[in-house]
Amino acid sequence: MKVPMTEYLEIDLDRELWMCRVCNHEVGPARQSYKEGLLVHARDPREIHKPILNPEWYEFTFAPDPKWVQILEYYCPGCGTLVEAEYLPPGHPPVVDMEFDIDALKRQWAGRKPLTEAELAGPDMAGLSHQHSHSRKQKAHKHGS
Amino acid sequence: MGKSENLDEHNREQELISQFLADNVLFLGPDPEIMEHHDIAPRTETEDRAMAKESDPAVLTLVRDRLQAGCNETFEMLEQMGAAEGAKWGDLITGIFTPSGDLAIASTGGVLLFASLVHHPIKFINKYWANEPTVGIKEGDGFIHNDARYGNIHNTDQSLIVPIYHEGKMVAWAGATVHEGENGAIEPGGMPSAAEQVYDEGLKMSPFKVVENYELKKDLVTYLQNSVRSPKLQYEDMKVKLFVCRRLEQRVKAAIAEFGVETVVSSLRRGLEDSKTEVKRRLTEWPEGTVRTVIMADGTLRENCLIKIQVSMEKKGDELILDFRGSSPEFANRCNNTVLSSLKGMLCQLFLMFVWPDLPRNQAVFAPIRVICDKKSALHSSYLTPNAESMMTFFPAFTAAQLCVAKFLYGCPSKYTKVIAPWHNMIRTFIWGGLTQHNEMVGNLCADLNGMGGGARADRDGEHSVAPIFASMADTGEQELNEEDVPFLQIVSKKLMRDNQAFGKYRGGQGYEMIASNLKSSMWGFMVCCIGSKVSCTPGLFGGYSSPTYPLCKVKGVDTFEIMKSDPKKWEFSIVDIMNKKPFEGAKYTAHHMGLQFELCNRGELYMIMQGSGGGYGDVLDRDPDLVIKDLEEDLISHETARRIYHVVYNPETLVMDVEATKKARDAERAARKKRGVPFKQFVKQWNKPEPPADVPYYGSWGTDSTKIYAGPFAGIPRKVMSSDAIESIFMPNPRDVRIAELEAKLRECEGRVAKAGK
Ligand SMILES: [Zn+2]
Repeated sequence: MKVPMTEYLEIDLDRELWMCRVCNHEVGPARQSYKEGLLVHARDPREIHKPILNPEWYEFTFAPDPKWVQILEYYCPGCGTLVEAEYLPPGHPPVVDMEFDIDALKRQWAGRKPLTEAELAGPDMAGLSHQHSHSRKQKAHKHGS
Repeated sequence: MGKSENLDEHNREQELISQFLADNVLFLGPDPEIMEHHDIAPRTETEDRAMAKESDPAVLTLVRDRLQAGCNETFEMLEQMGAAEGAKWGDLITGIFTPSGDLAIASTGGVLLFASLVHHPIKFINKYWANEPTVGIKEGDGFIHNDARYGNIHNTDQSLIVPIYHEGKMVAWAGATVHEGENGAIEPGGMPSAAEQVYDEGLKMSPFKVVENYELKKDLVTYLQNSVRSPKLQYEDMKVKLFVCRRLEQRVKAAIAEFGVETVVSSLRRGLEDSKTEVKRRLTEWPEGTVRTVIMADGTLRENCLIKIQVSMEKKGDELILDFRGSSPEFANRCNNTVLSSLKGMLCQLFLMFVWPDLPRNQAVFAPIRVICDKKSALHSSYLTPNAESMMTFFPAFTAAQLCVAKFLYGCPSKYTKVIAPWHNMIRTFIWGGLTQHNEMVGNLCADLNGMGGGARADRDGEHSVAPIFASMADTGEQELNEEDVPFLQIVSKKLMRDNQAFGKYRGGQGYEMIASNLKSSMWGFMVCCIGSKVSCTPGLFGGYSSPTYPLCKVKGVDTFEIMKSDPKKWEFSIVDIMNKKPFEGAKYTAHHMGLQFELCNRGELYMIMQGSGGGYGDVLDRDPDLVIKDLEEDLISHETARRIYHVVYNPETLVMDVEATKKARDAERAARKKRGVPFKQFVKQWNKPEPPADVPYYGSWGTDSTKIYAGPFAGIPRKVMSSDAIESIFMPNPRDVRIAELEAKLRECEGRVAKAGK
């Protein structure tokens, strides 16, 4: 039985492994932090949140200060998916963010059925449809074809 | 005399001493027994009897729905009649409480957080005023309260609480709370970020009686009016809240007349007990284990510094423990400290709004959840620390918990809401004050604080500027209506800014820009109180990125209204264009962090801020390229973002997408990630440092050891290391003194250079 725990990670209960849900890469032992099986890159936050105001004129520009915060990007070694983006001050050890009791998880899932994507995302509020709206361009394209 | 007689004598003496001490308490401060507990009160005998007599769930639900309708009705009334800016836009709530003081039913709209804290003052009134001969509680009484240390968020919110009687016996309490704004603090508007002591924060009302025989006591009303900048507002809203509480009383009495008093008592209590049981049941379905988050608040509103807020959330059986130990120490002379009960109120709202919105809106929902904080930390601050801007630490604490909850919930079969990335968590709005065009002195805020961007969800984007983090239903108001009362304009209002986006597979809902200026007043000013200018305050989920950071921008020394008249083409209508093109000659353009203390704005000078984005969800490379094109069409993102962040290839003129090239570009980026990524063990060897960077002012624990608390360095004050069980409050120097010291150092350096050149 495989139990999805995040958008990109699941726990294989039989083999007690963290797995990538995109490419089935075996990330590492489920009783350890999944981060230990991923690739990490410390990123200057300005690469993602670029300065919008002229940085030569202003100290505050909509971009974070790289001396105060960095983005630790965790990638799946198999498929390169960005599994987690963690914002930390430079040098702050990565946080062990998910530590689950695997034996308890096995007991809980003994009688459960696998969840559908919709069940994983959670229920809709009344009156909201499942479909996201598409762009005008695509609609136009569909009309044309 | 026998031994037992001696013992009796001793006991009698002990009793006398206890009685003497109880009768002669010098000062009835906040009672830790009340303030540090959030469980529902024990069932009373009356409740027991009533529940035995009426236990039919159908009947009890009918009564509860009837009272719920009463709460919703009074919410509408309060919103329509309330004079406060906050009242007009939904920053208020009404509720019905049990005689013991537990919140049993709250209005569906409004700020639940307020109501979930009113049980503290009611419990105080019950404990201290009921048997106090100079006070007492009787039919027709009403009590007022606003001090967070007796149960509230901050003292800009005022509650009126009225006991409800049936045949001479108290059966419930009615309560109404409104974000009133003005409260006589050191700055106008009720949320003084300049406050350095609790005494700078304005009215600090411990619960006291202000209504007798259903009438406001004129002497006390006058005293309160005399203590604030808006005497009219103070009076008007006290009247409105009293009227609303009386309507609640009417509804409770009508329910009693129809169903009998036992049924009403049973219904209120049953709702609480069932909610608690149901929460425990739902918690058992969550996976067992611990989830952790670290959030960095980046300032006190007077200065930038890193204030650590961390939570370790442990789920064990039907119990949930939120352990915030290791978070920042409290600040002795800054007002960003949180009283523990305020933190709990905010967390209660997390579960009621974002996790189990289907449950009855009562306080029992939070009863099974435990909260642990270090004493004298920023989330459990002591009596004398100011707390007017407690949101600057408890909003990040909420966000930390929201992120943890998502990680517990994703794999859980029963969900009652979508899995969601953190909601934007800062009140990005203008607080204002001064003399109006009607010659009235006022102080309050814009309802734009309610326009926070929603977090991205597991299957769709977040909604733009949809609701505040603390209320599911609130309004952002009509600027044109405001302008009838106040002398400033929002020249640009509610316009989404390009690239103000938390990127992800699903993007966060975006926030809008606001450009304000004083048009009609000889004395008018603004204040802003948000963090997140150096470090993003709202992170993403499962690989989604955070919101950007947000500056406060100003254009001073020019009357742009005159330019609008003489040379309108010069006017640019976005913060970015004004700041980067500098269209007004002779003006001074500056960008700051968003902790602006009250400052006068001359006619035509510009104050410019931005509402924030909710967090992103999932990997940017997983974003449906078609949604990227849609964002381009709606001008939500730039071409640079589409290409550089989302790696989508398209014709920039026609926006027609190249599916193949996009797939190639994304594959190339995935390969590039694998190339630049380093195996974790190797990475931490060079990344991990034993303590915070030496040149960054840092407050809180570091790494996994939550018992060692760092503080500083700041402005020449060296870094201090404390044990978490012996935290000392942090004193910050006056920012003006810091600036003077900086300039003096520069001056000395220049003088030194001049002297050297002279030789
Ligand atoms: Zn993978």
